[in-house]
Amino acid sequence: MPVKVIIPTPLRQFAGKHESVSLEAGTVGDALTALTSQFSDLKKHLYSDDGRLRSFVNVYVNDEDIRYLQREKTAVQQGDTISIVPSIAGGAKA
Amino acid sequence: MLILKQSLFEQIQAHGARDYPNECCGALLGDGGGTDRTVLGLVPLANQRDDSPSNRFEITSEDVRLAEKAASDKGWELIGWYHSHPDSPARPSDFDREHAWPWYSYIIFRVEKGEPREMRSWRLNDDRASYAEEGIEYIAGAPA
Repeated sequence: MPVKVIIPTPLRQFAGKHESVSLEAGTVGDALTALTSQFSDLKKHLYSDDGRLRSFVNVYVNDEDIRYLQREKTAVQQGDTISIVPSIAGGAKA
Repeated sequence: MLILKQSLFEQIQAHGARDYPNECCGALLGDGGGTDRTVLGLVPLANQRDDSPSNRFEITSEDVRLAEKAASDKGWELIGWYHSHPDSPARPSDFDREHAWPWYSYIIFRVEKGEPREMRSWRLNDDRASYAEEGIEYIAGAPA
């Protein structure tokens, strides 16, 4: 089922400058795998070395944060929109 | 180069002084096209790290969305973020780097004993291993 994945501004340079991409996927995880397969430079900005989504990478299906759903196992269907939304963190040395 | 109006520079500094000894944070709105960027407006935000606000800051995805909407409502872009380092240098820490996004401009400024000091701007390199510093050009003028 084709779903729309919205690419946040800071990552568009690694996704052919697209604001969104249409991908075939049955789950959020499938969509992100397809996305990073198509645009491999995205991977290091979305995932840490242990293969997990970075903590500051937030993913929504329509308007729901996947943390409140089934995370990357959240099912998606045709017409759904997956949004990758940054949170911003940092701070001085401890 | 990051072009910053004097009035906005002063607002960022004031935010840092007000929140000292905690880190302040906010969004930079403006024109992100081209090599040089121009900051046209700010969205001061609440630091969500109330467990360790003196050396950590966090802006939630909800606040990021609000900042994006504030930018698009004015026909601008969300081009970066500012935060203060209380009594610490105005350069990215390892923690900053581990949590940074590419493309954004990150203004970091030192607030020493409540007084704003040097302000610098940085962009994460694509390899995520380091930053490139971008100069800040201050210009006269009120916020747009």
